[in-house]
Amino acid sequence: MTAAMTGHRTATVTGTGPGTGAGALLEVSELDAWYGRARILNQVDLAVARGEVVALLGRNGAGKSTTFRAIAGLVEQRSGRVSFAGTDVSRRASYEIARLGLGYVPEDRRIFTDLTVMENLEVGRQAPRNGAPSWTPERLFTLFPNLAEMRNRPGGRMSGGEQQMLTIARTLMGNPLLILLDEPSEGLAPRIVEMMANAILELKKEGLTVVLSEQNLHFAALVSDRAVIIETGAIRYRGTMAELAADEEVRRAYLTM
Amino acid sequence: MGFLVAQFLSGLAHASSLFLVAAGLSIIFGVTRIVNFAHGSFYMLGAFVAYSLADRLSGALGFWGAVAGAAVFAGLLGVAVEVLLLRRLYRSPELFQLLATFGLVLVVQDLALAIWGPEDLLGPRAPGLEGIVRILGRPFPQYDLLLIALGPAVLGLLWLLFHRTRWGILVRAATEDREMTGALGVKQTRLFTSVLFLGTALAGLAGALQVPREAANLQMDINIVVEAFVVVVIGGMGSVAGAFLASLLIGQLQAFGILIFPQVTLVLVFLVMALVLVVRPYGLLGRPQAVPRAGHAPETPIAPASQGARIAWAAALAVLLALPLAVGDYALVVLTEVFVLALFASSLHFAMGPGGMVSFGHAAYFGLGAYGAGLLMKHLGAGMVPGLIAAPLAAGLGALVFGWFCVRLSGVYLAMLTLAFAQIVWSVAFQWYSVTGGDNGILGVWPAAWAAPKWAFYYLSLVLAGGGIYLLRRVIFSPFGYALRAGRDSPLRSDAIGIPVKRHQWAAFTLSGAAAGLAGGLYAYSKGSVFPNLISISTSVDALVMVLLGGVQTLTGPIVGAAVFHGLETEMVRHTDYWRLLLGVAIIAMVLVFPQGVVGALERLRPRRPGQAREEAVAR
Ligand SMILES: Nc1ncnc2c1ncn2[C@@H]1O[C@H](COP(=O)(O)OP(=O)(O)O)[C@@H](O)[C@H]1O
Ligand SMILES: [Mg+2]
Repeated sequence: MTAAMTGHRTATVTGTGPGTGAGALLEVSELDAWYGRARILNQVDLAVARGEVVALLGRNGAGKSTTFRAIAGLVEQRSGRVSFAGTDVSRRASYEIARLGLGYVPEDRRIFTDLTVMENLEVGRQAPRNGAPSWTPERLFTLFPNLAEMRNRPGGRMSGGEQQMLTIARTLMGNPLLILLDEPSEGLAPRIVEMMANAILELKKEGLTVVLSEQNLHFAALVSDRAVIIETGAIRYRGTMAELAADEEVRRAYLTM
Repeated sequence: MGFLVAQFLSGLAHASSLFLVAAGLSIIFGVTRIVNFAHGSFYMLGAFVAYSLADRLSGALGFWGAVAGAAVFAGLLGVAVEVLLLRRLYRSPELFQLLATFGLVLVVQDLALAIWGPEDLLGPRAPGLEGIVRILGRPFPQYDLLLIALGPAVLGLLWLLFHRTRWGILVRAATEDREMTGALGVKQTRLFTSVLFLGTALAGLAGALQVPREAANLQMDINIVVEAFVVVVIGGMGSVAGAFLASLLIGQLQAFGILIFPQVTLVLVFLVMALVLVVRPYGLLGRPQAVPRAGHAPETPIAPASQGARIAWAAALAVLLALPLAVGDYALVVLTEVFVLALFASSLHFAMGPGGMVSFGHAAYFGLGAYGAGLLMKHLGAGMVPGLIAAPLAAGLGALVFGWFCVRLSGVYLAMLTLAFAQIVWSVAFQWYSVTGGDNGILGVWPAAWAAPKWAFYYLSLVLAGGGIYLLRRVIFSPFGYALRAGRDSPLRSDAIGIPVKRHQWAAFTLSGAAAGLAGGLYAYSKGSVFPNLISISTSVDALVMVLLGGVQTLTGPIVGAAVFHGLETEMVRHTDYWRLLLGVAIIAMVLVFPQGVVGALERLRPRRPGQAREEAVAR
C-alpha cells in the first residue's frame, strides 16, 4: 500500500486503510464553517470506524480545532453533513451531540477553575452507554493516577498537565463512544506527553474510538492508526500512519514549520 | 452604646433582605448573563401577594403560608418570564436585555396598580414575633432578629445547594463556562429555567418577609433593584458570597450613614460602589467576564452622508424653517420638544455608538444641564442666555468627573456605574432641599422676552439642537472620531498603534454629557420648570429607547427615534391611564422584533448582493 503523491498539492491524496465507506462511526462530509464572513472550513470529509485512532494533522491555523468544534456543534455557522452512530447530528445542539456519545476535549482545556476535580468530573457524568467503555471516577484515577491525589483541589490550582488529564477524564465521564481530542500533547512536559500517549493507547484498548488533532507528528505516530492532513481548511492527504512515515514529500509540504 | 448596637442590628436586618434579593439577582446573572432589571418587580409582587394571601389565610400558619406562597408565586412567574422572554434574549447585546427587563418593570408596575390600587398596604405582623426585645436597654423588634438569622441561614443553604447537589455543581459550571458545560451534555434551557425559579423565588421571599416591616407599595421595585445592583456590583456579579459581604457593608453604611449624613445616604452608598469599582473593577469577589468566544460579524461602519442624503437633509431643514408660517403653537411646542429630545438622544448615541460606552444613566447630564440653568436663575437671578451657557458646562463638568470612573469599565459594569451616578445626581436634586427645592423643583425658568413667543423658541431650539447634532456628527468624522471608533472596535490594537483609548473615551463621554446638558437646559426653558424626575431612571431609559428605536449604528437614528418616541408618548399619555404598560410592552416588542432599530430595519430592506443574504441566514 502506497500513498501516491500526485504532484497536485491542492488535490487530496488518498491512501487506503480502514474507516472509509459505510459503517463508519463518525462520517463527516462537505463540512463548511465560517467565523463571521471568513470561511474557515472548505468541504471537509472525514470517516472514522469504530475502534480506530485517527490523527488530524496540520500546522497552526490549518483548521483542526474548527473541524472539531464544528463536529461537536460549537460553531454557529456551519453546513454539511455529520453523521454519528447512524444519527444525523449536523443541525443538533452541542449538548445533544454530547448526549449521543460524542465527546469533545478542547485544546485550551477549559477546566472549571472554581470546581474541584471531583466536581469537574460530575459535570461530565452521563449514564452508561451500550457499546462504550464505562467510566467512574475511580477507574479514571487508575488511568490518570496524578488526579487521584487531588480530588478536592480546585481546577484553577492544577498544573497544565494535570488540567489536560482532567479535561480528558471529564469528557470520559460521559461514557462516550468516540472522543475528539484537540492537541492533547500541546504545551506538556515530555514526561507528561509520554503518560498521555500511554493513556490514549489504553483508551484504544478499551474499545474507544479516538480522533486527535496534532502538530506533533511524533506524538501522533505513537498512538494513531491513520493520518488525515488538513491545510487552510481543506483535507489534503489521507493515509495510514506507516504510509505517511514513508512519504517525506507530504510531510515536508504540510507538516514542517 | 445601646443605641449604636440597635443601629448595628437594624443594619444587619436590612442586610438580610438585601442579601436575599441580591443573591437571586447575582445567581441569575451568573448563569444567564442577563442583568434582570425586573428583579425588584418580583420582590414587589412577593410583598403584594403575601399581603393578599395573609388576608385570606389566618392564624400562624396563614402568615407563613402566605410568605411561602408568595415566594413560589414569584418563582413560577420567573419561570414564565424565562420561557417567554429571556430565552429569546440570551444572544442579544446586554443593553437590549436591560431594556427588555426594564419594559417588564413598567408592565408589572401598571398591573400591580390595576390589581392592588395606588395605596400603600400595611400587612399583618408575624404571629409570635409581634413584640420587642430589650438589647442593652433599647427596644428592638423580635421580627428583625429573625431576619438577621435568616441571611446567614440562606447563605448556608445556598452553599449546600451549590456544592452538594448535582444541580448546584452544574449551575456553577455554567456560571464559569456556558459553552463548555453544554459541550459536556448539559441541557442549558432547563438549567436556566430552574435558576430563574430560584432567583426570583428568593426575591419574592424577601418581598414577602418585608410585609410586617413596611407597607407594600408601588415604589418598592425600583428602590430595591437599584440597591441590589449596587450590592451585586460591589460583591462581584455572579458571586453569592460577594453579595453577602456587600449587603453587610451596604446595610451598615445605611444604618450609620443616616446618623451622620441623613440627607445623603444614597450618595454615600453610590460613592462606596464607585470606589470599589475603581479599585476592584469586578467587585470584591467577582472575576472578569469571559470574552464571548463565538465570532461576530463586524458591524457595518457609519458612512458619511451621500449626495442624496445631503439634499434630503437640506430639504427637511427648509421645511422645518418654513413650518411656523403654516402650523399653530401646539405643533410648534411638540416639535420644539422633539428637537430637544433629538439632541439628547444624539448625545447618548454619540457615547454608545462611536464611543462604545452604553450609558444607562444619561439623564444625569440632561438633569445637570436643566438644573445648571435653573439654579443659576433661582440663586443668581441669571437670564436665559447665561443659563443656556451654564447648562452644557455644568453637565460637561459632571461628565468629566463621572466619566473618569466610567471609562475604566465596560459592558454591564459600565452601564451599572452610569446608572449609579445618575442616581447620585437624582438623590442630590431630590434631597438637597435648601438648594434645589427638592420635590417642589424650580419654577419660573422662563426664556428671555425675545425668545418667549412659541415660534421664537422653536427657532432657538432648532438652531441650538440642530447645531449640537451637527457638531457631534462632525466630530464622528474627524480624526478624533475615527480614533474613537478604532478604540471601540479593537482596544488592544489601538493602544499598540499609540491611540490613548481611555483618554479618547473620556473626552467623548464629556462631550456627550455636555450635549445632553444643552438639551437639558433647552428643556428647562421650554417647560419653565425643573424637577428631580428629569434625572430619574425612566428619563435615561427614554433616551435609550429613542436611540434603539432609531438604531445605534445609524446617525439619523436618534433623530427619527426621538420623533417617533415623543409622538407615541404624547398620544399614549393622552389616551390611557396605563401608558407604562403600553410603553413596557412596546419596549419589549421593539427589542424582540427590531434589534437593529427602525432605521436599521429599513436599511436592511434595501437590496444587497446575493451572497450576503445567505451568509447572514446561516448566522441566524
Ligand atoms: N473565533 C474565531 N474567530 C475568527 N477566526 C477564527 C476563530 N478561531 C479560529 N479562527 C481562524 O480560523 C483558522 C483556523 O483556526 P483553527 O481551527 O484554530 O486552527 P488549528 O486548530 O489548526 O490551529 C485560523 O485562521 C484562525 O485564525
Ligand atoms: Mg487548534
